[in-house]
Amino acid sequence: MKILSALAATVFALAVWQAVVSLTGLPKFILPGPALVAETWWQNRWVIAEHTWITAVEVVIGLAFGTALGVITALQLANSRAARVLVQPMLVFTQALPVFALAPLLTLWLGYGLWSKVAMAVLIIYFPITSSFFDGLMRTPPGYLDLARTMQASPRAVLWHIRIPAALPSLASGMRLAAVYAPIGAVIGEWVGSSKGLGYLMLLANGRAKTDLMFAAMLTLGVFSILLHLIIRRATARMAGEAR
Amino acid sequence: MTQAPDLTISGSATIDGAPLFAPLTLTLGAGQWTCLLGGSGVGKTTVLRLIAGLETGAAFNGQITAGDAQPVTSRVAYMAQDDLLLPWATVAQNVSLGARLRGEKPDLARRDRLIERMRLQDHLNKKPGELSGGQRQRVALARTLMEDRPIVLLDEPFSALDARTRADMQDLAAEALAGRTVLLVTHDPAEAARLGQSIVVMTAQGLTPCEPPSAPAPRHVDDLETLETQGALLRLLREAA
Ligand SMILES: Nc1ncnc2c1ncn2[C@@H]1O[C@H](COP(=O)(O)OP(=O)(O)O)[C@@H](O)[C@H]1O
Ligand SMILES: [Mg+2]
Repeated sequence: MKILSALAATVFALAVWQAVVSLTGLPKFILPGPALVAETWWQNRWVIAEHTWITAVEVVIGLAFGTALGVITALQLANSRAARVLVQPMLVFTQALPVFALAPLLTLWLGYGLWSKVAMAVLIIYFPITSSFFDGLMRTPPGYLDLARTMQASPRAVLWHIRIPAALPSLASGMRLAAVYAPIGAVIGEWVGSSKGLGYLMLLANGRAKTDLMFAAMLTLGVFSILLHLIIRRATARMAGEAR
Repeated sequence: MTQAPDLTISGSATIDGAPLFAPLTLTLGAGQWTCLLGGSGVGKTTVLRLIAGLETGAAFNGQITAGDAQPVTSRVAYMAQDDLLLPWATVAQNVSLGARLRGEKPDLARRDRLIERMRLQDHLNKKPGELSGGQRQRVALARTLMEDRPIVLLDEPFSALDARTRADMQDLAAEALAGRTVLLVTHDPAEAARLGQSIVVMTAQGLTPCEPPSAPAPRHVDDLETLETQGALLRLLREAA
């Protein structure tokens, strides 16, 4: 049923797209039609696959590092008042900066290769992961803490056996958000400076007025992002308490 | 379990400077069920949490002492209206939570005996979400018994249950906790009349002791004297309001 409705929505979107192209008669370097984009995609499938692979690696490494960093930060914040006082305002401030502004700097520091894009992805997901997990850790139902207290639990045991498990659904929603943001981070990194990846391919195609290739790369990125989101959703279902 | 001591709390409490209760003295008889009955908001939970050493919104001025002069808070087990079962842990894990939180090895044989006694042996590996309200409270009772503390503090643990399940739970708890010093906080006169070996009514004016029925607890739900006591308690509550 879900697959069916997704299919229907896709067909509808393609029809609208084709209708716009036919009715307006826009030249193909402005707005190529779906058939042309599909053809271009097929002709360039190996090139696209190669660039997709690069972007995917950046995103997956970024997700892993960003999640680990966010989890560690949230645990430190939850554990220490001093850390909260010192670090929390800084976190909020960095969140107020547009991460895009940092992309050129990251390229300068880390070079044109993989790591500046990984860093971009990490930066963009670090805050959602940290804040969602931290919120979860600080919102342990007070009754559990009362019970633990009457049982003479150590703070460490409470953290491990109660606060962390109670916060896992919040972490899961942070990770789901991160799955959406991480590809954006990687692509921005590629736009600012790279010679590989879907972002690079989009920019290249655009610069040469190969709008059909640009669309093919963009749609590939979209499909990749949706797949990633679905995978992370599945992977965090247990954490979120959905698949008991 | 070590010998159950008697326990006395005496003092007054204020919330943001306004008095919650005037100086009062409540004594829990050693190895007895004391029912503290009162309408909502009079401060029953506050009294219980003070004894348990838990956070309250009130400033307490007074003392809490056990008859044997040993510390109190390390000898209490606590059970509330909310069963406080961890939803991600199995029934078995919930029952032995205390040992895990103290970094001790739980006595698994004892755990399994208690689970059987609470008629939960078929649910050992289920999560709380798969249980009924009555079953969940039985798990909470098993967890309370697992702690094996001489003082047991019960804060309206049965009030969310339907009438029949509540009566069953009252019987089960009365039998399982016999011999311990129990404080049961309740707003239900029928519950106090069934279970109290000592009954105290708490109102804004203070504490009023009330003669419990002569039959041994848990009393039958249709025991005449118990019903009379229930009526008398309700009258006291209404007069105070
Ligand atoms: N943490 C708190 N902070 C401020 N006021 C509280 C807090 N807990 C309880 N109170 C107030 O104290 C009064 C007594 O509460 P409580 O002891 O829970 O009463 P009871 O259990 O008899 O219903 C109530 O008026 C309640 O609003
Ligand atoms: Mg209460």
